[in-house]
Amino acid sequence: MTDALLTGANASTEVSLKRRLRRAERTRQVKALALVVPLLVFLLFTFAGPIAGMLWRAVDDREVRQVLPQTIAALADWDGKGLPDEKAYAALASDIQAARAGGTIAIAAKRLNYALNGFRTILTSTARNLKPVPEPGTAKETLSKINPAWRERSTWTTIKDASGPVTGFYLLAALDLTRNADGAIVAAPPDQAIYRDIFARTFLISLGVTALCLILGFPVAYLLAVLPPGRSNLLMIFVLLPFWTSLLVRTCAWIVLLQSKGVVNDSLHWLGIIDEPLRLIYNRFGVCVAMTHVLLPFMILPLYSSMKAISPAYMRAAASLGAAPLTAFLRIYLPQTLPGIGAGSLLVFILALGYYITPALVGGAADQMISYFIALYTTETANWGLASALGAVLLLATLLLALVYGKLVQGQQVTGGMKN
Amino acid sequence: MLKRKIGKIALGFAAAFSASAALATVAQARDLTVVSWGGAYQDAQKKVYFEPFKKTAGIAMNDESWDGGVGVLRAKVQGGAATWDVVQVESDELAVGCEEGLFEKMDYSRIGGEAAYIPPSVNACGVGAILYDFVLGYDKDKLKDAPSGWADFFDTKKIPGKRALRQGPKTTLEIALMADGVAPKDVYKVLATDEGVERAFKKLDTIKGDIVWWKAGAQPPQLLASGEVVMTSVYNGRIDTANKNEKKNFGMVWDGALFTLDSWVILKGSPNKDAAYKFLDFAGKAENQSKLSENIAYGTSNKDAAGRLAPAVLKDLPTAPDNIKNAVEINEGFWLENIDRLTERFNKWAAK
Repeated sequence: MTDALLTGANASTEVSLKRRLRRAERTRQVKALALVVPLLVFLLFTFAGPIAGMLWRAVDDREVRQVLPQTIAALADWDGKGLPDEKAYAALASDIQAARAGGTIAIAAKRLNYALNGFRTILTSTARNLKPVPEPGTAKETLSKINPAWRERSTWTTIKDASGPVTGFYLLAALDLTRNADGAIVAAPPDQAIYRDIFARTFLISLGVTALCLILGFPVAYLLAVLPPGRSNLLMIFVLLPFWTSLLVRTCAWIVLLQSKGVVNDSLHWLGIIDEPLRLIYNRFGVCVAMTHVLLPFMILPLYSSMKAISPAYMRAAASLGAAPLTAFLRIYLPQTLPGIGAGSLLVFILALGYYITPALVGGAADQMISYFIALYTTETANWGLASALGAVLLLATLLLALVYGKLVQGQQVTGGMKN
Repeated sequence: MLKRKIGKIALGFAAAFSASAALATVAQARDLTVVSWGGAYQDAQKKVYFEPFKKTAGIAMNDESWDGGVGVLRAKVQGGAATWDVVQVESDELAVGCEEGLFEKMDYSRIGGEAAYIPPSVNACGVGAILYDFVLGYDKDKLKDAPSGWADFFDTKKIPGKRALRQGPKTTLEIALMADGVAPKDVYKVLATDEGVERAFKKLDTIKGDIVWWKAGAQPPQLLASGEVVMTSVYNGRIDTANKNEKKNFGMVWDGALFTLDSWVILKGSPNKDAAYKFLDFAGKAENQSKLSENIAYGTSNKDAAGRLAPAVLKDLPTAPDNIKNAVEINEGFWLENIDRLTERFNKWAAK
């Protein structure tokens, strides 16, 4: 009984203590948060905001709805079978008249042309030739006379599909998919199905470059970590030199080295090793070489920082316990560098995914990475929906990779993978 | 002066924080800003248009350069941070931007009237600035027998070695069809059919392994100079500049060349519209335009400009009667409709 009372009293003081503690904790948290608010707001405006805007453009589909509002309304209760009724034709005629006066017809034409090649001509020629407003009841006849495409079901399903306000059209296109006239998701026609290949190419090149960077960077980082300070500083300057040179300059230097009458080919020719110049550039080889060179420092620096922390005593201890050098390296040294390998590889891989200028200058037509197409659709053809969709797919793939990496390295950091 | 500097710095910031439109309002009350393509071309424009205009009209102006792309203009106008007034655009940018309402309607009464300009240069949204060609370029020092046209470009037996073309379907497909024997005037008729597209890609297949793809106009002369390729498609002005400034010995084939125009436009909502029209009027006068052709080998848009030129200058211009006789104008209407589809098709083909 008294025990129970006591514990009760204890419990109550404990609760209030807990509460007080929590309150104190909360105040501290709020204070800490207040300190980072400026940074958060800044990031919101300059990072999260634009990315959200980009993602939104991948599904935004309001162009047709703005230009042809009555048509969209008239098609709302059309079941998509056969042809729509006279009401829809009349609505379209009146929409086209209004859009022509407002000069907005091209906005809808552009969007519809993405879904059905030739729609631009259908719409603009109809707008040009539709002089008076058709008499009530004759809209269907009039429009079909101007352009026989208005007698096709696919013309109307295209408009209905593009009625917005949001669409999966661009995202599907970025994955080589499309909807057929019945609304089912099917594979895109082979002539247009290029994006999966390009994503695969992008990941493959990035993976290759990451592997090359690791193979080349590991010994360099080791040297940096074990050389006496004077010499390792000199070596560090050589590693950092590319960081201080413009990316464009380094890329162009590779063109000078690798072209058919470039330094490499001329030297080999002079030595009598080759008769015909080797094709070292404007192909996959050139892209991998130039990108590896550009990204190497991003691999070396994390490796170096993880190796710097490894005490040489470990390897000596392993040797004194009878481990052969290779065994000691594989079982003692390598596991401790894993965090560096992971960080460097992830950094290089993700940077490589977004590479644009290097593959553009030293790659052939079959070596262009996804960023080239995002740039093409952003600036050249102004198809922002598709550009955003490609960007969204790339972003998602990158996030997934980062997550997988996070899962993989969890619990490896502290012990370096060694069993205690 | 200092004020303008501060404005510039603020503009730099505005560009950096493109998301925060609040900062972009700094861009009000600024001098007339004219944007062109940079390089040797803009140097020539500075000499014959920008500097004399500043002196004679007494209007302060800045010039900047850009690399094109209608998306850039769309971002400028829709982002509410239009820091440019007059921009020189390519024909596809003119067509798309005009449709999207990115440009002011051109008031020809303020720039000398439509009759003063050659017909292809008159457009509702802009006025032609220069006319130039994609030609077949080669190095006379390396090729003893000059190629006669695109058919030779595809003949690796007659002229061995690599060739360069512009990456993408535009210009490439037209060239392939002309090489396959399609007359310049029929190129777009043939290309508008599926068989025509097939035919172009089939022709490209024949030299697929020998093509180097260039992306920027500065690359073809460099590819020729380094001996990487024996022939290339190239802007005629670049060949001329390389011959004049770098003492190269490059040749051009005008037969079957593809010509196009660049135009001046005024961005929608420009706060300097009056100054912009004064500038365009100045840059549209025959006496000023003929000076441009003397500095760089482009044809110009004023009807009377060519007549003021010495025959020696005229013979190297795209607008010379002999040079334009077998040239095709790049059909922007066709490309507006088909660029996305054929870009996908082209990349499919390239990856095979």
